[in-house]
Amino acid sequence: MAKQRVMIVGGGLAGLAAAMKLAEFGIDVDLMSLTPVKRSHSVCAQGGINSCNDLTRQQGDSEWKHFDDTVYGGDFLQHQPPVKEMAYWGPKIIDLMDRLGVTFNRTPEGFLDRRRFGGTLYKRTAFAGATTGQQLLYALDEQVRRWETSGNIKKYEFWDFLGPIVDDNGVCRGCVGQDLVTMEIRSFPADAVIVASGGAGLIYGRSTMSMACTGGAASRCYQAGVKLGNPEFVQVHPTAIPGADKLRLMSESARGEGGRVWVPTKPQDPRDPKSIPENERYYFLEARYPKYGNLVPRDIATREIFDICVNEGLSVEKDRPCVYLDLTHIPRAELNRKLGGILEIYEKFQGVDPRETPMKIFPAVHYFMGGLWVDYQKSADGGLVVGSPKNQVTNIPNLYAMGECDYQYHGANRLGANSLLSCIFSGLITAPGIQTLLQSSKGAAAELPTSFFDQAKKKHQEKHNALLKRTGGGENPYLIHQELGDVMTKAATVVRRNAQLSEAYDKVCELETKAAKAAVSDTGTWTNQNVVFTKAVIDMFPIAKAILKGALLRDESRGAHFKPDHTFASLKATEPTAKRAEAEKWCDDFEANTKQYLKSTIATYSADHPQITYEDVDTSLIPPRPRLYGLVGAETIEQVWKERSAAKVAANGNGASVPGGAKVAVGAH
Amino acid sequence: MVDHSHNGHQDSGAHGDGGHGHGHPDSFEVRVLRQAAPGQPSEWTRFRVKYESDMNVISVLQRIAAHPVTVEGKHVTPVAWDCNCLEEVCGACTMVINGRVRQSCSALVDKLLAENSEIELQPMTKFPVVRDLMVDRGRLFRALQKVEAWVPVDGYFDMGAGPKLSQSEQEQTYPLSECMSCGCCLEACPQYTKVELTQYEGESDADFAKRKQEEYDRQFIGAHAISQAMLFNMHPTGKMQAAKRLDALMEEGGLAVCGNAQNCVAVCPKHIPLTTSIGRAGRATTVRMIQKWFGK
Repeated sequence: MAKQRVMIVGGGLAGLAAAMKLAEFGIDVDLMSLTPVKRSHSVCAQGGINSCNDLTRQQGDSEWKHFDDTVYGGDFLQHQPPVKEMAYWGPKIIDLMDRLGVTFNRTPEGFLDRRRFGGTLYKRTAFAGATTGQQLLYALDEQVRRWETSGNIKKYEFWDFLGPIVDDNGVCRGCVGQDLVTMEIRSFPADAVIVASGGAGLIYGRSTMSMACTGGAASRCYQAGVKLGNPEFVQVHPTAIPGADKLRLMSESARGEGGRVWVPTKPQDPRDPKSIPENERYYFLEARYPKYGNLVPRDIATREIFDICVNEGLSVEKDRPCVYLDLTHIPRAELNRKLGGILEIYEKFQGVDPRETPMKIFPAVHYFMGGLWVDYQKSADGGLVVGSPKNQVTNIPNLYAMGECDYQYHGANRLGANSLLSCIFSGLITAPGIQTLLQSSKGAAAELPTSFFDQAKKKHQEKHNALLKRTGGGENPYLIHQELGDVMTKAATVVRRNAQLSEAYDKVCELETKAAKAAVSDTGTWTNQNVVFTKAVIDMFPIAKAILKGALLRDESRGAHFKPDHTFASLKATEPTAKRAEAEKWCDDFEANTKQYLKSTIATYSADHPQITYEDVDTSLIPPRPRLYGLVGAETIEQVWKERSAAKVAANGNGASVPGGAKVAVGAH
Repeated sequence: MVDHSHNGHQDSGAHGDGGHGHGHPDSFEVRVLRQAAPGQPSEWTRFRVKYESDMNVISVLQRIAAHPVTVEGKHVTPVAWDCNCLEEVCGACTMVINGRVRQSCSALVDKLLAENSEIELQPMTKFPVVRDLMVDRGRLFRALQKVEAWVPVDGYFDMGAGPKLSQSEQEQTYPLSECMSCGCCLEACPQYTKVELTQYEGESDADFAKRKQEEYDRQFIGAHAISQAMLFNMHPTGKMQAAKRLDALMEEGGLAVCGNAQNCVAVCPKHIPLTTSIGRAGRATTVRMIQKWFGK
C-alpha cells in the first residue's frame, strides 16, 4: 500500500516551517522549489521579527496589543481570529527559532536584544544583524536538511510548479511539476498540496522581490479555481535604490538620521547635484509638511515622491523616476557610526559613496498583502482551532496556501517585522491541520489509477510542446514583461485613479493577447530558461487583471490602496460648534464607508475577466476605528468617535470588555 | 550590432570600447563562455550590449536574454544563468567575471569597464556545467549533510527559550552564519577539484544519486562546510554532537586535504573568517584524535 505524502511548493520560511513540522509528525514530504530552498526570497528580509516579550510585557504590552497593532495597521481588512492566534504564538515562535540556533543579537546579559519598529510603541522586534530573514531561513533550511538526510523529506529543487491536479469531485490529488534542468514534466500524487510560493513582485517588472517571485504558482492555482483575496493590496516601500535589474531597499533610518529629500527645480537638471545651489532645489517634503518634514509617515512619503516624479515631471532622471535622498550635509564620521551598514549596501550596488553624493531613490513594490484565499477554523476564544484541516486550506479541498502568497494576515497594509512571523506561523499552523486531514482520509493519492495522473501530465506536456513550436515573428516575452511592469507600476501602486486603472486594464488585456502569441527564442529541451520565463509571463496576466479590477471597484482609500478621489478630508471649520458638526458628519461618512467597503475583495478566475465578489470580514474581536494620522481636526473626530463607541457599548453591553477595544489611536503610525 | 543611440548621458567623451575616466561608452562587449549541456564543448560567444547607468552583470544578462544576437548578428538562444535575490544574500549568481569568482549581482558594469574594456563571463570551473553559466552545486549542499550542519533539537514543540548566549559569542557565530553557500571559496581552493559524473546507461536515478554522493564524500569537503561544522560546534546545543562533526571532518576528503592556500578567505564575498574556522577545526580534530586513542 502506498504511503500518504504531502507536496509543498516553495521553500521559503513558510514552506520550510511546514516541512519540518510535518516531518516531525512522521509525514513524508516532497518539497518543490524554483531555487535551492536556501536561496529563497526570505533571505532578503533585514529588519526583524515581532513578538510580545518578557520585557515589553512589563511595560504594558501583551499579545493582545500586538494583535491590535497588526489589525489597526492593516486598516481592519483581515479576519481577526488567525491574526489573534499568530500574535499569541509570537513569543513561542521566537523561542523555537532561538533553540534552532538563529544568531539573534543579544543584550549584555545574554537575552535576545529587541528593537522598535513602525506601528507600535514597544520594542518587540528580535533581529540578527541586518539579515534576520536570512538567519531565520537558514535555521529552517538546516532542520529540513536534517530530515532530508534521514529520508523523510525529498527535495525537488530547480522545479517549476505547473498546476494542481484536481479530480472530478473538485479535490486536489497532487500537482504537476517541471524539472528546470532536464525539462521533464512529471505528476506528483499528493494527499495535500501546500503552495507557499511568496509574492508576485515581478508583475510590476522591477520590485524589491527576488527573481523567483513571479507569482506563477499562485496564478496557476487561481486559474485552476482557487479564489484570490484582496489582490489590489500591494505594499510600496517609500525608499528603494533603483537598479537596472531590481529595486533594493534603503532603510527609513536614513531619513531618521537627518536625510533630506529633494529634486532640482529644473526638470532633469544635468548638473552634479552638489553644484546645484540651494535656491534651485525643491525640498518638497519639508515644503509640504513643515511639521513632519522628511519624516512624514511611510505612505505619505511614498505618495509624495511618486507624485513629484510621475505627475509633476520633476524626476532627477528622465527615463527612470527618482529623487535625491541627501546625507552629504552630515559629517562622515557621524554617518559611519549611525548608518554604516545601509550606506555600504548603497555603495556596493551603486558604486557611489552616499556620504559624498546624494543617493537616488524611488518607492518600490515590496509586499503582497493579498493572495490566495484561505479558510480557518475559529475557536471559542476567538483564535484558531489548532489541528483543524480548515486552517490555511483554499476553496479547493486538500490544496493549501500559506506565507506571502495567502491573503490572511496583513489586511490592507503590513507592519514591518510582521511578515517573518506570519510566514513561520502559517507554516506551523498548517502542519497539524494536515496531520488531521491525513489521519481522517483512507488510502493515499498514490493509489489512484496512474492514468489519472498521466492525463494531468499530458495536458501540461502538450501546452509546453505547443509553446516550443512558437518561434520567429512572435512577440518578445521580455519586452511584454517590461511593458506589463510599466503599466502596473504607473496605475496600481501608490496613487490610484479610476481613469488610469481602466486604461491600464485595457492595456493589460491587450498585452495578454500579445503574450499568448509570444515567441520563444530557445526551442531546446535542456535547461530552457526562456520557455520557463515565457510561461511565467503568460501567467502574470490573470493576477495583474485581478489587481486592477479589485482596485478599480474599491472606491475608497484603505491602507496601501489610496485613491485621492476617495479619501476622508480634514475638517475645515475652526469655530467649535461647526467643527463638532463637521466631525459628526465625518464619523457618519466613516461608518457608511466601513459598511460598504470593509469587505475582502474576492476574485474568481474566468478566461476573460475576473469575477469580483465581496466577503465580510470577521471583526468580532476588535471593532474597526478610524486611522486619523495627519488629519486636521483629528482630536475632534477622535472625541466624537469615542462618544459613539461608548454609547454603543452602553447599548449592547459588549465590546468594552475587550482590552484595547474601542479606542481611537491617533498618530501611532 | 553596435547601437549608437544616445542614452541621456551628457558626458560621453569616451565612445566605443572605451570606458575610462568619466565617460561612458555607448555600448560594450561581453564575452560569454557557453556550453549547451554537460559533456558538450564550450565556446566563447560575443555580445554587444547598450550601456545604461547603474548596470550590473545581471542586467547585462537580462538585456542579452531580451535580444540574444551576437556581434556577428547571429540569433542565438539566451544565455542560461542562475540568480535570485540580486542583493548578494542568496548565493545563487556566482560566476567567474573577468577572471575572478564573485556574485554577478554585485559586479557593477562601471567598475568592470574601468578595469577592462570588455566583460568576460564564464561558469565556475569546480562544478559541472549544466548549461552556459549555470553549474550544479549539489556537492556543496551534500557537504553540509556530511558535517550535520544543524542544531539537533528534540523537536518543534514549545519548550521555552534557547540557551542564553553572550554578546561576544553572538559576534563570533553571526559572521559564520552569513555563509550563503555561494561556492566562491571552493572555486578559489586549489585542493577542491571538479567532480563530474555521468549516469550510466540503465542506471536508475536513485543509484546515480547514491554513486554521486559517495564520490562527493570521498573528495574535499571544502572551507564552507568546515566553517559550518565549527559554527554548530560552538552552539550550546549543537556542541552536544561536536564529536560526530569532528569525525566527519577526519574522514577521507576532510580537513586533512586543506593545503592552507588561504584563497578561500580572500574571495569570500561575506568576509567570513574561513581560515580561522579551519584553524579551530584543526585543533579540535587533534584533540578528538587523542580522545579516540584513549577510547573515548
